[in-house]
Amino acid sequence: MTLNQLIRSDIFTLRNAGDDTERAITVPFCCDLLSIAMSRAPSGCAWVTVMANMNTLAVASLSDAACVILAEGTCFDDAALAKAKTQGIAVFETGLPVFEAALKVHDLMGQTGQA
Amino acid sequence: MDGSLMTLHYDVSPTDFTRAGEASSDVKNKLKQLGVSPQVIRKVAIAMYEGEINMVIHAQGGHITVDILPTMIRMELKDVGPGIEDVERAMQAGYSTAPDNIRSLGFGAGMGLPNMKKYSDTMQIDTVLGVGTTVTMTVDL
Ligand SMILES: Nc1ncnc2c1ncn2[C@@H]1O[C@H](COP(=O)(O)OP(=O)(O)OP(=O)(O)O)[C@@H](O)[C@H]1O
Ligand SMILES: [Mg+2]
Repeated sequence: MTLNQLIRSDIFTLRNAGDDTERAITVPFCCDLLSIAMSRAPSGCAWVTVMANMNTLAVASLSDAACVILAEGTCFDDAALAKAKTQGIAVFETGLPVFEAALKVHDLMGQTGQA
Repeated sequence: MDGSLMTLHYDVSPTDFTRAGEASSDVKNKLKQLGVSPQVIRKVAIAMYEGEINMVIHAQGGHITVDILPTMIRMELKDVGPGIEDVERAMQAGYSTAPDNIRSLGFGAGMGLPNMKKYSDTMQIDTVLGVGTTVTMTVDL
């Protein structure tokens, strides 16, 4: 599944599309502790977290996540969103809990093929 | 450093949390431009980011020097913070002295130093209480 397919599915609110909407989403990944996410987030993952701050973006970029999905109604402030835009990181928001958000990504991957 | 193909210098700001990680991002981009393999870039990025964040959270910032050598990347992270009392303990997964306000930002799993050890090929910690800490890591190309 590509990032574009996730965007078009309209499951989550898109806040920033990022640099490369054709990139593949490899797997959903859930974690809120940054140093665990840093070493465990698989490249190309859809990272679901409630941790909405600048450091989330640094970890997303350095671990090469395909997108950040902020769950449970969390959201970036203006400064963090501006940084996501300059760094080209795709960002979604959703009111869903973490597990359900990840499950939606998983289900959609099943429907669209694992890109 | 002798034999270095390129040396990069970064001042790590002690106060500006929002900028923490910028040095690591910059190194990541430079290595990408140089055509370094994604596996090596990932190792360098993780190891350096954890070290950079520790300099901000646990010390008062400092200076990072990155040498790109013919066979390895060498990172030296030097701070003038409080030093580490018991390095062996600090290296244990799960050990953290991060205060609550820092934990609420997602830090404090006590996995930073173990990550640095895991993703670097060599790592050395020189620390003196009340003087500061220098962490030197290399990642083979
Ligand atoms: N540069 C440093 N100066 C002083 N103390 C340090 C430094 N780096 C690490 N420490 C000490 O070692 C402990 C463990 O560090 P480590 O990076 O593994 O975990 P953490 O930073 O507390 O949490 P995490 O990295 O998982 O967010 C820290 O809590 C701190 O007490
Ligand atoms: Mg740390």
